[in-house]
Amino acid sequence: MTGAPLLQAEGLTMRFGGVTAVDAVDLSLGEVELRCLIGPNGAGKSTFFKMLTGQLQPSAGRILFRGRDITGARTHEIARLGVGIKTQVPNVFNGLSVAENVFVAAARTNSAATARRKAAQALERVGMGALAGRIVGQLAHGQRQWVEIAAVLAQDPDLILLDEPAAGMTHEEVVRTSELIREINQVHALIVVEHDMQFIRMIARTVTVFNQGRILIEDDVDRVLSSQAVRDVYLGKQAA
Amino acid sequence: MTPDRAASAPADAGPGSAAPWWVPLGLGDRALGVSGFLAMIAAGLLLMFGLPMVVELFGLVQATVFLVMAILALSQGFIWGYGGIMSFGQSAFFGLGGYTYAVAVLNLGDSSVPALLAILVPAGFAALLGYFMFYGRISDAYVGVITLTVTVILFNVMNSTAGDIYHIGAAQLGGFNGMPSVPPLNWPGDPSNALDPEALWYVTAGLLIVVYALLRAILASRFGRVVVAIRENETRATLLGYDPRLYKLIVFAIGGAIAGLAGCLFTNWGGFISPTVFGLAQSAQIIIFVLLGGLGTLLGPILGAVAIQYLISIIGSQQTLNANLLLGVILVGFVLLVPQGVVPAVRSLLRVGR
Repeated sequence: MTGAPLLQAEGLTMRFGGVTAVDAVDLSLGEVELRCLIGPNGAGKSTFFKMLTGQLQPSAGRILFRGRDITGARTHEIARLGVGIKTQVPNVFNGLSVAENVFVAAARTNSAATARRKAAQALERVGMGALAGRIVGQLAHGQRQWVEIAAVLAQDPDLILLDEPAAGMTHEEVVRTSELIREINQVHALIVVEHDMQFIRMIARTVTVFNQGRILIEDDVDRVLSSQAVRDVYLGKQAA
Repeated sequence: MTPDRAASAPADAGPGSAAPWWVPLGLGDRALGVSGFLAMIAAGLLLMFGLPMVVELFGLVQATVFLVMAILALSQGFIWGYGGIMSFGQSAFFGLGGYTYAVAVLNLGDSSVPALLAILVPAGFAALLGYFMFYGRISDAYVGVITLTVTVILFNVMNSTAGDIYHIGAAQLGGFNGMPSVPPLNWPGDPSNALDPEALWYVTAGLLIVVYALLRAILASRFGRVVVAIRENETRATLLGYDPRLYKLIVFAIGGAIAGLAGCLFTNWGGFISPTVFGLAQSAQIIIFVLLGGLGTLLGPILGAVAIQYLISIIGSQQTLNANLLLGVILVGFVLLVPQGVVPAVRSLLRVGR
């Protein structure tokens, strides 16, 4: 990692009543870095993710994007700063065509003609160019995920947050998605929340493991996946 | 993307693949394209100038109120079918427009400013109401409840304004009896030169065409695309950096403006306005216009309004059948048999037959 971090979370905490879902988490991400967040169900990954995107307001702590405090900012404001977000359940415009979905994304900062060109480029990148005229609601689950990724790419964000991008995909689709993520990472920083260990192996360099609302370990992918503590957590044993 | 991509679109691109690639399917009127739009305008102009040649003045006066209702239906069709905002209270803005015109014209004499106020006041009121609803993050169901409640409140308020003490300037509000003898629109700046019923037909038909064209233009613009996208998935629109609250507020205010315009024309048509414009029957009718004609189209609400109004006028001339009963039967029939409404149903039939 070189220079100032792109994204920095400091003491980020989320309490729901008496439950502390995320407990004073510090995380730092560099420019054009790829980071994977893993952890068992209920570890606080999704809550952490939702605080980054402004969908949840943290109980304590702060989030800095390029040194700018974005804690408590609204989701659309965070998106405008250059953060692209793909949610766990595909959030797409089901009644619109594939092209229109991506066009609406690109049109936020571009003229109609430029937006059309950028939308076409983004669709080519995810390999959906041939399906541009199709209604998104009629597509397969994996294809809809790619439409959503294309919409995010069309805005050319500095940071892309992907929540379980491989969920519900076939093996070939997972391989294709992992290639796509590595390609995206040439120019964009990414945070990927994922369950699928095979998928993690395909894409990851640095992995942050969440457990019970805290960071259990943050290290190189091979060391993390061979760590006894991580295995214990995934097998349901208490972490040492 | 280059045009040849559209030409080489795969065969399974389905119906409508002949349209430019960025034209979304399933979007009602927008799938018509430019030629369809021009054909619609031409048909409108033909009707506007043709009808006075074939019907008597009485028929023309009746047709005028049909088109007033069509404008009102467009406001509902726009905010509901495209903006996804379920308002049970478009009649609030309709009545507000009518009352604003009546009060202002009785005070000012010349009708130009009152006509403008009849659009601006409901638009402003819609913007204010919309601010509380959308920025207060009230869920869709409650938007329906609140708009309905506002209508009921306005109905009761206007109902209780009987007596000499309730007046705005020279205009007596008149309570349940309403405000009679409202001066009609006049040539701008010349109050003595009032529009006759035939001229009102041309004004109403012309304004219907203008409103239709304006809405089509809005929907074709970037703003309109985002509005439809928000209807499709508010979360996604937010994640892409759009603020749905602002877009909904603007859509709602535009709907209020159009409903206010319809209210102004309605007051002109009868030279009269009473609290019944705020009644629940009026609110329900607007929704039936849109449901019957087709949600998510602009042509549908127009046709729905004219058809229902025509039907009511026929039933009104006989005694055996109750109009509300028949209206209810038609609504239930349509919801069960043609739930998407007439225009979308006909369109999909045409596509299958192609």
